[in-house]
Amino acid sequence: MSKNVFVIAEQRDGKIMKVSYELIGKARELANDLGQDVVAVLMGSGVEAVAGDLAKAGADKVIVVDDPILAEYVTEPYAKATTAVIKANDPEIVLFGASSIGRDLAPRVSARIHTGLTADCTKLEIDPETKLLNMTRPAFGGNIMATILCADHRPQMATVRPGVMQALESCDKVGTVEKFVVEFTPADMNVEICEVVKTDKKSVDITEAKILVAGGRGLGSAEGFAQLKDLANVLGGEVAASRAAVDSGWIEKDLQVGQTGKTVRPDLYVACGISGAIQHAAGMEESEFIVAINKEESAPIFGICDLGIVGDLNKIVPKLTEALKKVD
Amino acid sequence: MKIVVCAKQVPDTTEVKLDPKTGTLIRDGVPSIINPDDKAGIEAALQLKEKCPGSTVTVLSMGPAQADVALREALAMGCDEAILVTDRAFGGADTWATSSTIAAALKKIDYDVIITGRQAIDGDTAQVGPQIAEHLGLPQVSYAENVEIDGDCLKVQRQFEDRYHIIKVKMPCVITALAELAEPRYMTVGGIVDAYDSKEVKVWGLEDLKDTVDEANIGLKGSPTRVKQSFTKQPKAAGTVLKDLTPDEAVDAIVAKLKEKYII
Repeated sequence: MSKNVFVIAEQRDGKIMKVSYELIGKARELANDLGQDVVAVLMGSGVEAVAGDLAKAGADKVIVVDDPILAEYVTEPYAKATTAVIKANDPEIVLFGASSIGRDLAPRVSARIHTGLTADCTKLEIDPETKLLNMTRPAFGGNIMATILCADHRPQMATVRPGVMQALESCDKVGTVEKFVVEFTPADMNVEICEVVKTDKKSVDITEAKILVAGGRGLGSAEGFAQLKDLANVLGGEVAASRAAVDSGWIEKDLQVGQTGKTVRPDLYVACGISGAIQHAAGMEESEFIVAINKEESAPIFGICDLGIVGDLNKIVPKLTEALKKVD
Repeated sequence: MKIVVCAKQVPDTTEVKLDPKTGTLIRDGVPSIINPDDKAGIEAALQLKEKCPGSTVTVLSMGPAQADVALREALAMGCDEAILVTDRAFGGADTWATSSTIAAALKKIDYDVIITGRQAIDGDTAQVGPQIAEHLGLPQVSYAENVEIDGDCLKVQRQFEDRYHIIKVKMPCVITALAELAEPRYMTVGGIVDAYDSKEVKVWGLEDLKDTVDEANIGLKGSPTRVKQSFTKQPKAAGTVLKDLTPDEAVDAIVAKLKEKYII
């Protein structure tokens, strides 16, 4: 019988990505509801040393597939390893990060083992009666939410975007680490990596920021972002943007929040000149505290913010920056 | 070289509105477009064809009869052939059943490379491309930012969050295109005339796929996943909205609130 909640962990250059911890946090909750265990699967080359970190994040067991062929992400070796682990363990649920790796790997695996896959889930919960996984996700640019079931195929599989679930506080838990050997053949490497170029953009990862100061169409120009940077600096945060600001070419796409950008849940989100269309809200409404400054009283952002100021951001933001400099 | 592009007709989601009473999607009057990532894939295919004379570009879509319009647009951009895979039996399909159906159609034509968009803007799943590749047993390179021909291989720039790979993949293979891959050209007047006068959209139903499709794997019945419920998102309870404040009063209000919440 299918059992346990599996998390396909993701690492880059031996460093475990934050989304893996977030998935374990959610998996812990699901596994507790089912009375089952959380199992993290770590694939890579020379990665065994970091397996313990996954246990500390809440996994009962970590399955490690360590092989030189897994050094850089390539679809087929990873799909083969993931499939082998799933077939050998028959999990009830498998969660993947909805990253550029997870969104390549998960569908390939779902097709191979003939099970369903629900993309970019924002909510996962166990139905108290049927014990099935309710997988809720946005569609049509966030206009509609749908709850999806995978009743007759196992495992039930879902991808979750980085930043959507919350990691647990790290604990002293010592999980078991199990090595799993996959017999790779040269034919598994069915493409050749000619070059690996780290783009190492100087820009920060906004999904990691505790405080974000975001700008939208209301800024009026690229120069408008300068005052937001000042405010972000005083607050110890980073700058983000709405799609309108990115599409206008005022700021780089990496900093875009929303359905077609990134999902963030900082402690503080200051939305300046952002109307708050549903596509934007989808990426930030889980923020702990949202402050909105907008000239338009009818802007939808005022429906989702915790504190809204109807007013001219060009007058308010510089004064706010000055006032915060005086606060210890 | 034989290039096949899989394209989907989608509602322009920036135009999608909800019925305030029922909370359901209003589809009437919402313009349909070729999914942007797929359209970039069509453009990339046309550019590959230009670099490799004698190539053909076939565009294939699964959907209702109205998807004919999207296929005519692709023909008007310069695609040589168009196939519409349509049948009631295919309806209600999730990504698994959709990819099974499209793979069954692809088995009936020759290809060296299959290009799909990374994801469609109505579902945003990014699943159908890789699933087609699996059903056909082909290597896939997704998130393609650039594609070049290199003998019997393609050299693809594959995007990740923090890096890119230059990947050499032997044809036949599946590539999933990012919108950044190519800026789609406009249809020409001559192209539009050709699309409706001299080019045809072949229509394939279940009967046409009989020898390649497994009926257990198509439509709603062949879908491992089901929609249990759909709903509009509950808006978060509104907070305090202050207006008619002077900038100084506004700043005081913000600072006070941030202190109260121990953010500063």
